[in-house]
Amino acid sequence: MKKNQTVKFQHKPRIVGSYSIVGPKEGKGNFASYFDYVMKDDSFGENSYEKAEKKMFEHAIVGAIEDARIQPDEVNLLLAGDLLNQIISSSYSARNFDYPYLGLFGACSTMAESLAVGASLIDGGLFDNIVCVTGSHFSTAERQFRFPLELGNQRPPTSQWTVTGAGCCVLSRKGGGPKITMATFGKVVDWGIKDVNDMGAAMAPAAMDTMLAHFRDTKTSPDDYDLIVTGDLGKLGSEILIDLMEDQGVKLGLNYNDCGQMFYARNQNMLSGGSGCGCSAAVLNSYIIDKLRKGELKRVLFMPTGALMSTTATQQGESIPGICHAVVIECDEECEEKVYKKISTSTAYKTAKSNKKKEK
Amino acid sequence: MLREVEKVEEKKLREAYNRYVKAKIPKTKAWPSLFNSFLVGGIICCIGQGVNDLIMLWFPSMAEQTAWAYTLIVLIFIASFLTGIGVYDKIGKFAGGGSIVPITGFSNSITSPALEFKHEGVVYGIFVKMFTVAGPVIVTGVVASFVVGVIYLFI
Repeated sequence: MKKNQTVKFQHKPRIVGSYSIVGPKEGKGNFASYFDYVMKDDSFGENSYEKAEKKMFEHAIVGAIEDARIQPDEVNLLLAGDLLNQIISSSYSARNFDYPYLGLFGACSTMAESLAVGASLIDGGLFDNIVCVTGSHFSTAERQFRFPLELGNQRPPTSQWTVTGAGCCVLSRKGGGPKITMATFGKVVDWGIKDVNDMGAAMAPAAMDTMLAHFRDTKTSPDDYDLIVTGDLGKLGSEILIDLMEDQGVKLGLNYNDCGQMFYARNQNMLSGGSGCGCSAAVLNSYIIDKLRKGELKRVLFMPTGALMSTTATQQGESIPGICHAVVIECDEECEEKVYKKISTSTAYKTAKSNKKKEK
Repeated sequence: MLREVEKVEEKKLREAYNRYVKAKIPKTKAWPSLFNSFLVGGIICCIGQGVNDLIMLWFPSMAEQTAWAYTLIVLIFIASFLTGIGVYDKIGKFAGGGSIVPITGFSNSITSPALEFKHEGVVYGIFVKMFTVAGPVIVTGVVASFVVGVIYLFI
């Protein structure tokens, strides 16, 4: 008998606020009309891309709190994570907020990780409002994991394009909005893929593992969901996942898709699709939550995958371990009801907000 | 902890999965890529020859060897400049090896990290990171010439 990996939430924490911000290239992609804010240029008015990423995080946090219509000082906890070494974008942006902060690292699966952790904390009755934020930037990720931007090299067909974008959710015990009903915490799975240009294949077994655990624990099947969406397996990875699941006797139908695969328009020629924390975070906080609020999607299984690799480990010949966390988000009658409150501003929030205004 | 039997099975599974993925990976189309490479590489060589001819024409008293050196300097400058204005990576995306193999590719591989890491400061950023891409090429070149030199000594 295998251990239960899934938790069911009694108090149904709700996603009361969401905000997505993306770069100019992403703003021309398939979800263009759903994003809250599209940056005019990659550097976001800053002199380095790391600073731009940090600013994107601040922007997303402020936007989500505004969207949640709660008072800024009602937030109890900030959960954040990103791809850079020592998760600097998260920590450095948390400097500007007067909130307790927990940094998370789940590579590209951070959005689901933060939602699962946040929902568990709220469900335990310990916190009222939790902000979950994550994102990535193409230029910073490229510099850390691959080559300089201006180097004239070709990308193999399996390579993916790191999404410049950030997404932020405000979880709350009260209020209206899509509710989080279940979360499956994934295990680290490594099937020995060593090619850093082929992340989809490295992460697909992890997605399979978590998906099987989820269906087993909850006694559901793919047909019980309106949408099953993985994070950034890309074109190749999602095909592999479908094959792997079929081997295990589970057929993934038309309700399955992958954020990375959907992200860029066909004419953008992005090879295997988008990747990065920002990919799943931006899609969740724009398209998916939008559809849930409107009631067009009722039940979504959101399961971004992450490749827990570092350049040092891969250069030493290690294979790439993958991880996948799953979160079930549902919509009910209270979904569209929102509690409107007057926003008063605390000082920490004000500085972040004035930064945001300057940009506009 | 995994038992021995499970470990062996795990290894088999990994190997099988790697084989499966390898078969599934879409292949780069060889012929169009080769065509682009040779086209762009050829154009770069023609430009080099043209520059060399011009130098010989304008400075008839110059030795041929010196003219070659000046040609290289001009090509390196052009590539660096194109890297700086963000054109060379686009050429590289189209041409692949065609724009990496000539000396212009070498120039690009030094200029691009220098640009990339300029925010970390002149010394720790530019000076330290400048040769992250080109460094291996230089080391290999020096080692290879040493080996050839030693062989040459004895024959």
